[in-house]
Amino acid sequence: MKARLLVPSLVSLVVAAAWIGPYAWMVLTSLKTLPELLHDPTALLPKTWTLAAYREVWATVPMARYLLNTAVMAGLIAVLQIVLALPAGFALAKLDFAGRKTAFGLVLVCLLVPAQATFVPVFLMLGRVGLVNTLAALVLPFGASALGTFLVRQACLSIPDELIEAARLDGASDLHIVYRLLAPALRPTLVALFLLSFVFHWNDYFWPLVMTTDDRIRTVPVGIALLREQGTGVRWHLVMAGNVILSAPILAVFAIAQRHLVRAVATRGF
Amino acid sequence: MKPARRHEPYLLLAPTLTLLTLFFLVPFLVAARESLFSWDLLTPRTYIGLSNYRTLWERGELGRAFRNTLAYSAVVVSGALLLGLALALLLDRKGQLAAFVRSAVFSAYVVSWVAVALLFMWLLDGEVGIVTRLAVAVGLPKKNWLGDADVALYTLAVVSIWKIAGYAMIVFLAGLQDIPPVLYEAAALDGAGPVLRFRSVTWPALRPSAAFVATTSLILSFQAFDVVRIMTQGGPAHATELFVYAIYEQIFLNLRVGRASALTLVFGVLVLSLTALQLRLLRGREAT
Repeated sequence: MKARLLVPSLVSLVVAAAWIGPYAWMVLTSLKTLPELLHDPTALLPKTWTLAAYREVWATVPMARYLLNTAVMAGLIAVLQIVLALPAGFALAKLDFAGRKTAFGLVLVCLLVPAQATFVPVFLMLGRVGLVNTLAALVLPFGASALGTFLVRQACLSIPDELIEAARLDGASDLHIVYRLLAPALRPTLVALFLLSFVFHWNDYFWPLVMTTDDRIRTVPVGIALLREQGTGVRWHLVMAGNVILSAPILAVFAIAQRHLVRAVATRGF
Repeated sequence: MKPARRHEPYLLLAPTLTLLTLFFLVPFLVAARESLFSWDLLTPRTYIGLSNYRTLWERGELGRAFRNTLAYSAVVVSGALLLGLALALLLDRKGQLAAFVRSAVFSAYVVSWVAVALLFMWLLDGEVGIVTRLAVAVGLPKKNWLGDADVALYTLAVVSIWKIAGYAMIVFLAGLQDIPPVLYEAAALDGAGPVLRFRSVTWPALRPSAAFVATTSLILSFQAFDVVRIMTQGGPAHATELFVYAIYEQIFLNLRVGRASALTLVFGVLVLSLTALQLRLLRGREAT
């Protein structure tokens, strides 16, 4: 009996080490100094624990600017997706109109198209209207979310028609119904959508990389990746400090909202 | 139900459908048109018909991107499936330790690919990386994980598996929750050992989850870009040039808009067929 419990626990510890170990190494490296790193790159602990690497990262790149850009971009995208998905999902789930099937089909097709398949033409299109290197180039292409529309539509299906009809009898306008009645009723779906969207776009490297070259609009993932490309020789303590700055907010969100995130991922797919 | 006014549904849908059309459908038309031209973003473009496609085919760039992506995907998908399943079976139990390990594994799926790619560059550095040093310390040959053309693609695949195994685990865990305990009890009463129980109860119940993990990780791995751009830039000797990186290279490094557009179109068709497959599986899962 004891062995049956002990073996899985031991294997679990090994697994934990395989995932926690790299994070630990990241943090430990970020707390070392360059001379230490050159002298003994694999010393387990820093000789003198110091936040110098963080200060240096903060001083050499406009990190506050990157953080602000990333938060604004990810926040705008997440909010815009919810604001647009609510009325669209409601119409697709609840209203009878000519072309409903076509409209829903269009949403489903867009669900299948990844950004990697559109970035070349979208880059050219945005270039033609002078929007490359702007916040708009980062936000607009994701403003409408096929996934969000789909999720809101599915959630709307379980809202009873009577609820909406009653509100109409009370003289509520369409917009009132969508944003004041539906939004609170669909709270779990909207929270999941916000979290998925915010985390995804905070982390996103690909789109900001191809749509911006300007430091003023750069986001954290692109800026951190540049830390390694610039500089003379690779100063890993700086890169790892940048890595911590990039990951810590997301890991904090994860710690707070783990149940929501796990459920969202398990039902959504990816 | 009937809309309050006839035009109401169209107004509610207009912003979403406009943006989706503009950024997900129109791009394919633009790419199709651009793929017929030769253009470097600076000088005037010239019409060259299907030459871009022919060049990509004849120079082997299309085949190379496809082969690399396929090899990478095969490793990532099978790795995510096996590791995800093993982790789910191991950690499908009560208690704080299992919960903690589940969180640890899944957290890798939540952090940025950039963080993971940079972290593993440091861990796997051919000279000073701790993994390399540990491998040498236990008597393994010294490997240049990212600089060896025979190894680099698989290194990227293993790093990707480390990142997405938590996702596969979550899907399998959800599948395990749906198995009624009665089935195990019945199998145990019939004298079935752990292997037979897995084969007769667990695996049949997990098949939909497995299909789901397989298609999703296949799609994810076809879109892989960050690990390549950060860890190898497609090298050494194009060994890690995956499809999306090949497109990126054509437009931003070679300034060949036409060829990038042609590759984009081929890639779009590939991914659409893969995801259509997934959607059919999803529908099947909802129906049951």
